[in-house]
Amino acid sequence: MDIIFILAALVAVGSTVMVITRLNAIHALLYLITSLLAVAVIFYVLGAPFIAALEVIIYAGAIMVLFVFVVMMLNLGPHAEQDERRLFQPGMLIGPGILALILLALTFYALVLPRATVGTGMIPPQEVGIALYGPYMIGVELSSFLLLAGLVGGYHLARRIPGLTRVQR
Amino acid sequence: MTNLSIDYSLILAGILFVLGLIGVLARRNIVFMLLSVEIMLNAAGIAFVAAGARWHQPDGQVMVLFLLTMAAVEVSVGLALVLRMHQQLSTLDADAASNMRG
Repeated sequence: MDIIFILAALVAVGSTVMVITRLNAIHALLYLITSLLAVAVIFYVLGAPFIAALEVIIYAGAIMVLFVFVVMMLNLGPHAEQDERRLFQPGMLIGPGILALILLALTFYALVLPRATVGTGMIPPQEVGIALYGPYMIGVELSSFLLLAGLVGGYHLARRIPGLTRVQR
Repeated sequence: MTNLSIDYSLILAGILFVLGLIGVLARRNIVFMLLSVEIMLNAAGIAFVAAGARWHQPDGQVMVLFLLTMAAVEVSVGLALVLRMHQQLSTLDADAASNMRG
């Protein structure tokens, strides 16, 4: 299982690096889908088959399709890549990169101290369901509120306004 | 299933989270910023599942379920804002939306 975990982790990190450095949004999305599938493998190795399936269905399926739809709807055209080259020079990665890597080094330092292993078995979906509809019932109900708010918010924000004047640039 | 040190999972979660953080900080295209936020949420999910597996409790996976719900809502509202911004400002540059005028 170790080798599967390490391979999937390498794929996830590699494709995530590609996501944050691509200029074309669709290329970045395809790399992100690869990264999400690798993370699903990792969930399976960690003994969470239900979450692995949901990761593929909801994340790699539904959410990424939503992204692709929006990128297609924006209809960016052939100039998008030149515009993006103007917006994103690789040099911009240096400052945030150094600061974020310092934070990562601190995290690793904190991990050096304790020693623990991930448990030896799968946690079956039954247990997750029992926990979800037992002590976490209020969370499920709040999720429905959140989804309703997202639905109304998405509808309200994305509707076309008839007499909208564009900002001239 | 062999014993896998929880450190590996947390290191992976840390690396992915930091990559997402770098993406949010360095990119100016708002679609890429949203994608980077997704990467960070996903990294948090790995940490939750690893912690749940460490103590062999289903709570970690329950948290990932809530995280998925939240990510879906966040993406739908965020992409609606992206559409609105593109409609109104004709650009995806996050800096273009910095003047608080309607």
